[in-house]
Amino acid sequence: MYHAIVFLPLIGALIAGLAGTSIGAKASEYVTSGIMIFVALLSWIAFFSVGLSDEPAFTIQVLRWIQTGGLDINWAFRIDTLTVVMLVVVNTVSSLVHVYSIGYMHHDPHRPRFFAYLSLFTFAMLMLVTSDNLVQMFFGWEGVGLASYLLIGFWYKKPSASAAAMKAFIVNRVGDFGFALGIFGVFVLFGSVNLGVIFANAASFLPEGAGHGAAVEAAAEAHGAMDSETVLTFLGYQLDKAHALTVICLLLFMGAMGKSAQFLLHTWLPDAMEGPTPVSALIHAATMVTAGVFMVARMSPLFELSPTALTVVTTIGAITAFFAATVGLVQNDIKRVIAYSTCSQLGYMFVALGVGAYGAGIFHLFTHAFFKALLFLGAGSVIHAVSDEQDMRRMGGLRKHIPMTYWMMIIGTLALTGVGIPGTLFGTAGFFSKDAIIESAYVGHNAASGFAFGMLVIAALFTSFYSWRLIFMTFHGKPRASADVMHHVHESPPVMLIPLYVLAAGALLAGLIFHDFFIGHAAEAAEHVEGWYNEFWRGALFAGPDNHILAEFHNVPWAVKLSPFIVMLLGLVTAWYMYIRSPQTPKALAEQHEGLYKFLLNKWYFDELYDFLFVKPAMRLGTFLWKWGDGWLIDGFGPDGVASRVRQVTGRVVKLQTGYLYHYAFAMLIGVAALVTWMMLGGSV
Amino acid sequence: MAGMPILSLVTFLPLVGVLIILFINDDSEIARRNIRMVALLTTAFTFAISLLIWIGFDTSTADFQFVEKVDWLDSGISYHMGVDGISMLFVILTTFLMPLCILASWEAVQKRVKAYMIAFLILETLMVGVFCALDIVLFYVFFEGGLIPMYIIIGVWGGKRRVYASFKFFLYTLLGSVLMLIAIMAMYWDAGTTSIPELLEHDFPASMQTWLWVAFFASFAVKMPMWPVHTWLPDAHVEAPTAGSVILAGILLKLGGYGLIRFSLSMFPIASADLSWFVFTLSVIAIVYTSLVALMQEDIKKLIAYSSVAHMGYVTMGIFAANHQGLDGAIFQMLSHGLVSGALFLCVGVVYDRMHTREISAYGGLVNIMPKYAVAFMIFTMANVGLPGTSGFVGEFLTLMGMFRANTWFAAIATLGVILSAAYALWLYRRVIFGVLEKESLKAMLDLSTREKAILYPLIALTIFFGVYPMPVFDVTAASVDALLSDYSAALEAARAAADVAMSVH
Repeated sequence: MYHAIVFLPLIGALIAGLAGTSIGAKASEYVTSGIMIFVALLSWIAFFSVGLSDEPAFTIQVLRWIQTGGLDINWAFRIDTLTVVMLVVVNTVSSLVHVYSIGYMHHDPHRPRFFAYLSLFTFAMLMLVTSDNLVQMFFGWEGVGLASYLLIGFWYKKPSASAAAMKAFIVNRVGDFGFALGIFGVFVLFGSVNLGVIFANAASFLPEGAGHGAAVEAAAEAHGAMDSETVLTFLGYQLDKAHALTVICLLLFMGAMGKSAQFLLHTWLPDAMEGPTPVSALIHAATMVTAGVFMVARMSPLFELSPTALTVVTTIGAITAFFAATVGLVQNDIKRVIAYSTCSQLGYMFVALGVGAYGAGIFHLFTHAFFKALLFLGAGSVIHAVSDEQDMRRMGGLRKHIPMTYWMMIIGTLALTGVGIPGTLFGTAGFFSKDAIIESAYVGHNAASGFAFGMLVIAALFTSFYSWRLIFMTFHGKPRASADVMHHVHESPPVMLIPLYVLAAGALLAGLIFHDFFIGHAAEAAEHVEGWYNEFWRGALFAGPDNHILAEFHNVPWAVKLSPFIVMLLGLVTAWYMYIRSPQTPKALAEQHEGLYKFLLNKWYFDELYDFLFVKPAMRLGTFLWKWGDGWLIDGFGPDGVASRVRQVTGRVVKLQTGYLYHYAFAMLIGVAALVTWMMLGGSV
Repeated sequence: MAGMPILSLVTFLPLVGVLIILFINDDSEIARRNIRMVALLTTAFTFAISLLIWIGFDTSTADFQFVEKVDWLDSGISYHMGVDGISMLFVILTTFLMPLCILASWEAVQKRVKAYMIAFLILETLMVGVFCALDIVLFYVFFEGGLIPMYIIIGVWGGKRRVYASFKFFLYTLLGSVLMLIAIMAMYWDAGTTSIPELLEHDFPASMQTWLWVAFFASFAVKMPMWPVHTWLPDAHVEAPTAGSVILAGILLKLGGYGLIRFSLSMFPIASADLSWFVFTLSVIAIVYTSLVALMQEDIKKLIAYSSVAHMGYVTMGIFAANHQGLDGAIFQMLSHGLVSGALFLCVGVVYDRMHTREISAYGGLVNIMPKYAVAFMIFTMANVGLPGTSGFVGEFLTLMGMFRANTWFAAIATLGVILSAAYALWLYRRVIFGVLEKESLKAMLDLSTREKAILYPLIALTIFFGVYPMPVFDVTAASVDALLSDYSAALEAARAAADVAMSVH
């Protein structure tokens, strides 16, 4: 069954990609979408059969891959709860996006190629989440990067799309630089890159007596010689076990930052909106960008042992959540607002991971996939309706014209902003997962958790504001589009709306139904199994002996429980005031605080900064090395210098032109002959 | 089959083709077609025969196989051939690329077709000979001899600045060969034999090793080429005809890497260990430096040539990391680079044949009219970037991992190459393939012809196959690499013990 789940999308991609022109666009669409629906159903079966069973993780070997020396890498699937959760997320969203795209891409002449890319992406993502070793994960990791590159640049005639595609790939490569080094480090430490081996040996990195007190490193130092033995020399530093682990976790996290567009490596995500909207929904909201979150969760047995690394994860996550939300406040492109929102929500997930609430992080990943895909596809439906306009300043008043889309967007917004009644089970998906993260941050033990809590609450305020701003600017008020555009506004066809309904159901109900699985109390029985997270996750997520966060976050003060709810209302009211009640206020505010407004509108000037710091200098250096290093220094003093000397001496060589080649050839032959003669003489003497 | 001298057969079969071609004397169109056909059939047949080597190869032993030995004039030199896990696959790579080269020259080369095909066939004999030779003099003859047809190919069928390019090529290689010749003499003095298997057993004194190592290194570093003796390569590539570039990148560069493994690392282990920092330094400089230079190139071929230098940096680094991942990775990287860079040059050849320019700015928007070409070029670009699932990844990843085990500083700097390679390769792709087709001159271009598909599709298949399932290669190399590394560490161990004794005496 797992073979089918992973490889059927690849077969779909090959059919659409290789035979697309001969079987036609319709057939390509139906084949790939049909396969994806089937695979999605299989995934749900897998989800319940694995999630509700109590069998340990198992692996399925597929093929040998790389075996050299002690390195032994196979193509293999690792099936545990984390895997099946990801299977469900990836395949559900992917199948819906496939179906939706049949409608959305209706007019595009390159549909077979589009569906081939979508299915190829799905395959790579599945390889990533099912991987049994870090290298196969890296395969999926870069594979989704490739698919993302191809899909962002799908409309290759647009220079901006090609540029964005390239940027996405290269920025991701910066993260992959860290990921690759992290894999090497894991191999040096554990002698293997297979997850089973790593997890089994990770325990030996746990200092004895760490069960008491959180200061793992202090304990390691106290433990003396055995643990402070150098196990890894990194960049000249002799690292003992604890520090080596921290370094490796940070390197791996660097990969996660690239893929999940975290602060400093986020610049590619907004530009990625150049791709078709279904792509944004699938890749840049629901699945690929969450790969970093998945990876850190997958490696929780390592991260859990390094408080320093977890603190960094928390900090970066919190900064991203805040930073992206601030930028989202002022963007005018409907897709960019949602893109920054995604960036910000990924920050939430990382905070959850950082404070040890892995279940909550993955839970948010799960629910976010539904409501963010819903928002993106809804935005796609809007864009479709208003003749490919994306600027919200030229929308407005669309509520009456596209009511179904409007209500679906409202549901997505309710879920994103986490609407629900605190203290009860009445709430949207975001209400369960997002609040769980905020509460976890409050009770978290690492140095950054207090900071993170503050950032997340502020970010929640901003989230609510920009989300409702989007709704009000797009659907309410007076139409700002031209009469011609307004005349053509139409509701999307059922093939696009039905996926929205399914996602809307998920956005409303996923939290209510699944919260007990993902973040439920560890029952008495499970408490006693070492490293078990709870009955649902079992060993798929790892909890150290000190990690009781699942139990703790249920018991936060009422004020903390209420805080997300209050800021959510605050954001809603502010947005309502600024965009419905008194529409001239935003403009006045922007003029009043022009510096701040520009700063936010230009995304904190990161693109300009990186251009100045990295891109331009690299190009200047390249030119310099080429013209001066190769041209002037090496050639000038090397061959060209010698050549001109020769020419001065003989004066004749130039005239010989091509003929002198033969001379050299013969000279060389004579040399060989001389050698052979000498050897013969030497041999006979 | 056991008694058949299969290595000699594969080595000298191309010369049979030469003989036949020599008999075709007139210069009509039909005669030229016949010449091409003979060359193609000869190389294809040679490739088919060479596969028997792979089939009959015993992967369980590190010894030389298919050995042939004939003493020559009682001189101590012998005609001595054989392959092991390190050299065997290079023979196959050579015989595999040759028919593709002939096909690539089918229409591009119109003047002096006869001489051209003869040069290529002789080149094949010499290249295969290098990898099979088990006598160091025989090796030297093949090694240096192989350069002659290459000079001629660049110098006669090359572009505008072909004379400059071939002259530069000559100057660089001359330096290396002279030093190597002297080193070979010195080895003969010390060991009293020219047989490679015996030299591998011989322990050269530590002081001598350093000098021999330097002399061999000078020669191989030029061939690789390593920074800073790389500047001949971009010029040679730019001027060479497409097939010449393929052989240059695909096989000639590998002579250097093969030599470093066979001689430097195996015969002079102590010097290799002592001087590894030097190689690492040059390698990481090569990776970063040439990647940056590649970024700014305006000529497609030059860009790919610079990227070759960067990729060879991984190879040298992997070899001297002297562990399984490094060495296996280096061998794999060379084989993969033979396919991928060869394919990239063939891709350049496709558009060069149509437009007769290599300027990047002359292209743009080719995907609109050449979708098949765009796909092929994309796959090879990705392989060049080292995307997992292509053969480019396996070698790059393993050499970096090997380096990481040996020294993390160098590994970290070298890994920057994965970012830079993405930058230059994707930027090239974007400028040539993507965009609107605006230039009038490009609008009449045709997509891949059947002949071009026959060249590129097998390369695509192999690039992906070896990316997904590289084990056929590692199964072949495993025993030999194991043996080499255990000899290597034994030699270092012995040297250390000797040094300890010396210390305690004083």
